Formats: sequence, C-alpha cells, structure tokens
Amino acid sequence: METGLFTFLIVNLIKIVVVVVILLMAVAYTVLLERKLVGRIQNRWGPSRVGPFGLLQPLADGAKLFLKEDLMPLAVERPLYVLAPMIALGCALTSIAVIPFGANIQWHGVDLFQISDVSIGLLILLGITSVGVYGIALSGWSSNNKYSLLGALRASAQVISYELALGLSLVGVVMRAGSLRLRDIVNVQTGHSAVAFLHWNFFEGFQFVAFFVYLMAAYAETNRAPFDLPEAESELTAGYHTEYSSMKFAMFFMAEYANMITVGCVATLLFFGGWSSPFGHFLSGSGRISTAILAVFWFVVKVFFFLFLYIWVRGTLPRFRYDQLMGFGWKFLVPVAIANIVVTGLWMGLRLPVH
Amino acid sequence: MVPISWYLILSAILFSIGVAAFLIKRNIITVFMSIELMLNAVNLTFVAFAQQWHMVSGQIFVFFVMVVAAAEAAVGLAIIIAVFRARSTLNVDQIDLMKL
Amino acid sequence: MHLALFLIFGALCVAGALNLLLQRHPINSALSLIVVMSSLAVLYLLLGAEFLAAAQVIVYAGAIMVLFTFVIMLLNAGREERTRGSKMAYVIGFPGAAVLLALLAYVFISHSGDFHRVHVGEYVVSTAALSGVLFRDLLLPFEVTSILILIAILGAVALARKEH
Repeated sequence: METGLFTFLIVNLIKIVVVVVILLMAVAYTVLLERKLVGRIQNRWGPSRVGPFGLLQPLADGAKLFLKEDLMPLAVERPLYVLAPMIALGCALTSIAVIPFGANIQWHGVDLFQISDVSIGLLILLGITSVGVYGIALSGWSSNNKYSLLGALRASAQVISYELALGLSLVGVVMRAGSLRLRDIVNVQTGHSAVAFLHWNFFEGFQFVAFFVYLMAAYAETNRAPFDLPEAESELTAGYHTEYSSMKFAMFFMAEYANMITVGCVATLLFFGGWSSPFGHFLSGSGRISTAILAVFWFVVKVFFFLFLYIWVRGTLPRFRYDQLMGFGWKFLVPVAIANIVVTGLWMGLRLPVH
Repeated sequence: MVPISWYLILSAILFSIGVAAFLIKRNIITVFMSIELMLNAVNLTFVAFAQQWHMVSGQIFVFFVMVVAAAEAAVGLAIIIAVFRARSTLNVDQIDLMKL
Repeated sequence: MHLALFLIFGALCVAGALNLLLQRHPINSALSLIVVMSSLAVLYLLLGAEFLAAAQVIVYAGAIMVLFTFVIMLLNAGREERTRGSKMAYVIGFPGAAVLLALLAYVFISHSGDFHRVHVGEYVVSTAALSGVLFRDLLLPFEVTSILILIAILGAVALARKEH
C-alpha cells in the first residue's frame, strides 16, 4: 500500500459516510417508490401532497417517526427489546460494505467505488444476512406478545429454510467465476460487443434457473410479499414489530428496505453483469470520469429494476399459506438449486479440457 | 505480532469455561451450548496449529468439526424437543430416568 | 494492529464465555455464545483462515445458534432453577475447570519457545487451496460427512415429529 495509514483511514471514513448517507436516502425514496407504484397498481395516486409529485413525503415520514412518542411497554425484556432493532438495521447496513457499485477506479491506492474488496465477499454477504435474523427473532421474543412471538418464530423458520436455497443457487455462479470476490464475478460477465448482455451469467452462464431460485429465496429472506408471513397483518397484527413504535419501528422498516436494496445489488452483480454496460461500448464512457459515472449509472439502473420488480410482485401476488411456504422452499427450491449445481458442473466439465 | 501460544491459551480459557458451564448449568439447552463452546475452543486450537505448521489439514479438521456440530445440533435439539414433550421440563436433574 | 485486534476480540471471547456461564436465562446465554463465535471468526481471519471465518459466521452464528434460539423461543424456556444436583456440580465444576486451565496453560507456556509468532498475511489459506485438498485428497471423508448429515436430518425429523 503506497498511502499512509492516516490517509487510508480518512479516505475510507469519508467513503463509508458517503455510502451510508446515499443508502439511507435510497431507502427513504424506495419507500416513496413503493407507495407510488402500489398506488398506481391499485388505481389510486399514492402520496402526492408533500412537495412536487409527493417527492418530499420521505422527509415528512421521517419527521413524523422522529417526533412520535417512543413507547416502552411494561412487560418487555428491556435490553433485548432495545438491542433487536439495532441488530436488524446494523446487519442491513453492513452488507453494503462489500458491494462494488462501479468500475475499479483507484485514487491514491484507494478503491473509490467499493468500501472493501475482500476475497470472500459473497460469503460475507451470506454471513451478514444469516446474522440479521437475530434482530427479528429477538424482537419477537423480547416483546412478550403472542403475535410478536409467532411472527418471530415464523420468520426464523422461514429464513433458515430459505437460506439453504439462497446459498445453493449462488454456487453455479461461483463455479463459473472460480472466485468469491464480487469484482471477479462481474469481470467474468463483461464483454465489449454490442450485445454484451449475452455474456451475463443470466444468459451465457445458463444461470437463469439459479436466478429465479435466488430471487424467490431472497424475497422470502427479506420477508417481502408473497412471503411476508412474519408480518401478515390479517393474522398477526404486525408480526414481530407489533410492540415497537417511533424510531425503533423505523429502524426495522429501514432495515427491510436496505435489505431489499442489497438483494437488488447482489442480483445485479451475480447475474446481470454488475456495473458493465449491457451494450458493450454504448454508453460506457470514453474518458476517465465519464467511464466512472456511467458505470455507476448502469449499476443504479439495474438495481432500480429489481426494486421495481419487488414492488410489482408485492402489488400482484397474494400471500402464501404457511405449510405451502415451507413445502415450496424445501421440496421445490432446494432440489432445483441442487440440480442447477449438477448441470452447471457437468456443462463446465464437458466444455473445459480436462487436465 | 502475536505468539501462537497466546491463541492456544485463549482456547484453553474458553475450553475450561465450557467445561465449568457444562458441569454447572442445569438447563439442558445451556448444557448443550457449552458443548458447542468447547468445540469452538478446540477449533481455535486447530486453526492456530494450522498457522504454526503452515498446513491446510488443521483447517480441514475445523471444517469437519463444523459439519459434525451442525448434525449434532439438529439431532440434539430434536431430542430436547422430544424430552420436553414427554416431561415438560428442561432441568437435567429431573430428566435422570432412562424411561418415560 | 494485530495485537490490538487480538486483545479486543480475545477479551470479547472470554467475556462472552463468562457471560454464558453466569447468565441464568438461556436466551442470554445463547446471545453471549453468538458473541464468542463471531469474535472467533475474527481471530480465524487473523490466523489466515478466511474461508473458515466466513463458515464460522454462516454455520455457527447463522444456522446452529438460530436453531438454538428458535428452540428456546418454541419451548418458552424460563430461568433455570437451582436444584440439589447443582450444588454438587459447583463443588466439582469450578475447581475442576480451574485445574484443567492451569494444566493446559502450564503446558502451553512451558513450550512457548517452540511456537513462532503470527504475521498477518504471511500464510493465508485461500478458499481454492482449501477446496483443492477437500475435494481431491479427502473426497471420501467429505462424502461420508454428507451421509452423516443426511442421517442427522432423518434422525431429527423422526425424533421431533408428533406421535400419532
């Protein structure tokens, strides 16, 4: 490392602050996007009063949540009740640390578009997601409320079950890239022809089966519709966060949307070529600065597409029944993911020369 | 620059706490957790020795220990649930008969 | 840097383990065990075992301990009560553990000259190297463990199902 420790720390600190601020803004506007889109799907306007087109609605929501009274119910297990939303939000925000959101551009030896480029990036993402479930489990248990407990039990069982399918669906991609580093996985998928999108794992790697398994498992992992049984309002009031109010509730809310964004980022990186332009040199920039900006542009566009898909699915599909959810995860997704690994392995083995 | 022996002593401390917890705790789930603590302490020793001799096999051992621990947790927790159904207690002192 | 990280996470490990011992509620014990396991993952990273560090978090902290908390929540386990047997255990447990610790520490300290010092990054086992050994030289044991897991799944299902 050619830079001193001090510069390194300062630049990284600035990078982390910028990324977290942007992520929180993105979370706020994802909420607005969801309200607007679901409104359109249900043939109404969605928020439109605060600011032009309702664009200031997230600020109003934030102010409202800040100013609400922070209730502390009497019967709760106090330390864990306070700790649970922090775990949930902490894990949701930490996972952005290994995600590269632009081309590898160095400035004084510091990677500008990724907080840390680690060689086991994908495993770290999986690890953080699997730790995140404690936030939900503990909130339900410490609330001392039957709805919360049922929601938390459902959530932990669901997350453990779908984590298997999630992990297995990513193995095909890792086999193709031969690396767990997220930048390497993206580099395998980049091409320079006008139809560079054919190099994506989704197409060239024949990983579309893995992609759909990943998408369904990730929806279950983030407790989103149609797998939102842990917070099914018609059965459990509000599920695990029934007893939470004010900022503690907001932390769960933000964690859910931050997790959605992370899932979108991972899907983009692993299956859709990350920050690379889908049309080769078209809109991929010529100078240094334009290359950097356009890489981020393509990344954001792809992530936006996945957020849109999330909301579209939520507005369209009804909720699963609990036994159907478990059966779907164990009897359908896991076997399909394993079959995908076997087929990918055979295909790679037959295609590559044996040495 | 930390000597390997420090890691080994840390693992010895963890293992001893695990032994003490195994003997003292009365809740069957906590007893089971102290077994996991002991396994973790031993894993740390394996990784430390893998670093000491620059050999991968120490880490492979840890991998197998993790697999066995996962299998053990699944079966052990199933046994705990079955015992709780039969006795409706989790205290090891009250589960001392080998029959229902 | 290495020393500071070792001291911080080693202290976290010991504190978590002691908390496991001292807490009377199983869910608090489970949480302190999670702290121990996550700190151990950092120590594995310092010792150059990057795949194991991730596996430690995913398998231990993320799967096994979730199962534990799940069972604690499901059975609604309360605080443990003291019984006759626990007095005996106190009499034997603490001195026994102390003797064990003293013995192990004595052995390690008397041989501390044989051990070298860890330089971070000097010897890092990459995931590829680990999998090379695992899938080439040790393929049979690996397959045996998968059969073990299969049997464990069957056993768990058979044990936990309600009798009709």
